[in-house]
Amino acid sequence: MDTAITLNHYLYFSGALFAIGLAGVLIRRNLIVIFMCLELMLSAAAITLVAFSRFHPENGQPDYDGHVFLFFIITVAAAEVAVGLAIIVALFRARETTDVSRIDSMKF
Amino acid sequence: MTLFFYLFAALALIGGIGVVAYRNPVTSAFSMIVSFLGIAALFILLNAYLVGILQILVYAGAIMVLFLFIIMLLDVKEEQGKTYPVIAITGASVVVIGFLSLVVTALKRSQVGSIGLPRLSDAEGAPTDVQEIGIRLFSEYWFPVQVVGLLLLTATVGVVVLSQKELR
Repeated sequence: MDTAITLNHYLYFSGALFAIGLAGVLIRRNLIVIFMCLELMLSAAAITLVAFSRFHPENGQPDYDGHVFLFFIITVAAAEVAVGLAIIVALFRARETTDVSRIDSMKF
Repeated sequence: MTLFFYLFAALALIGGIGVVAYRNPVTSAFSMIVSFLGIAALFILLNAYLVGILQILVYAGAIMVLFLFIIMLLDVKEEQGKTYPVIAITGASVVVIGFLSLVVTALKRSQVGSIGLPRLSDAEGAPTDVQEIGIRLFSEYWFPVQVVGLLLLTATVGVVVLSQKELR
């Protein structure tokens, strides 16, 4: 039996982690937990980038363009989390809840 | 190598399941940290040292501290009610199983993922990944770096405006 790690291992793992995050977004009702599951999905996609860069080397080195891409993704994710949490805090101030089933009107 | 892959992949998946399964948001956040540590270990296993360290510093450090801070600031309680609505569980299962079967079908059909781990050159004095990424960031990718700087500035200003007591 061939037990060597192939690119498929990483892609299946990434898909499974993405699916867990997707299930969390659909099932959970707490806005903050939904937001954490979104971050999980983002990280799952990031794994594929690093895996592809490692499995397609250039001159015996990993393809660093994938790493640079991930560097930008992490930066954007940090900004995104800050803005998203600020929106959640503003929403909590207005509605006194973070339960999405109770946030059902567009106008306060 | 193989053992470590399965170990850290299991760690990340268990952490991810914990995020979804625990009802207490603080426990979810700590499961998330476990998941991010597993992902960072996988990055380091893939010779992506800088990105792995960044994952720990930015995600497991800064972002999760921000999440925990907001959870405790808002004093979020455990979700009420014994079970989640059946419609949500059913819908989520259908979507998730559909997505997983899509992934499996796509990977089974294509030859993209069947390559083994290629050897990297281990020549003395080869530039490290930090050097390589730094050179790329300041030459080839100078414009995206500027855009990301602008994005961070915009996000900072936006968060300050959003956090005001009275939104105008």
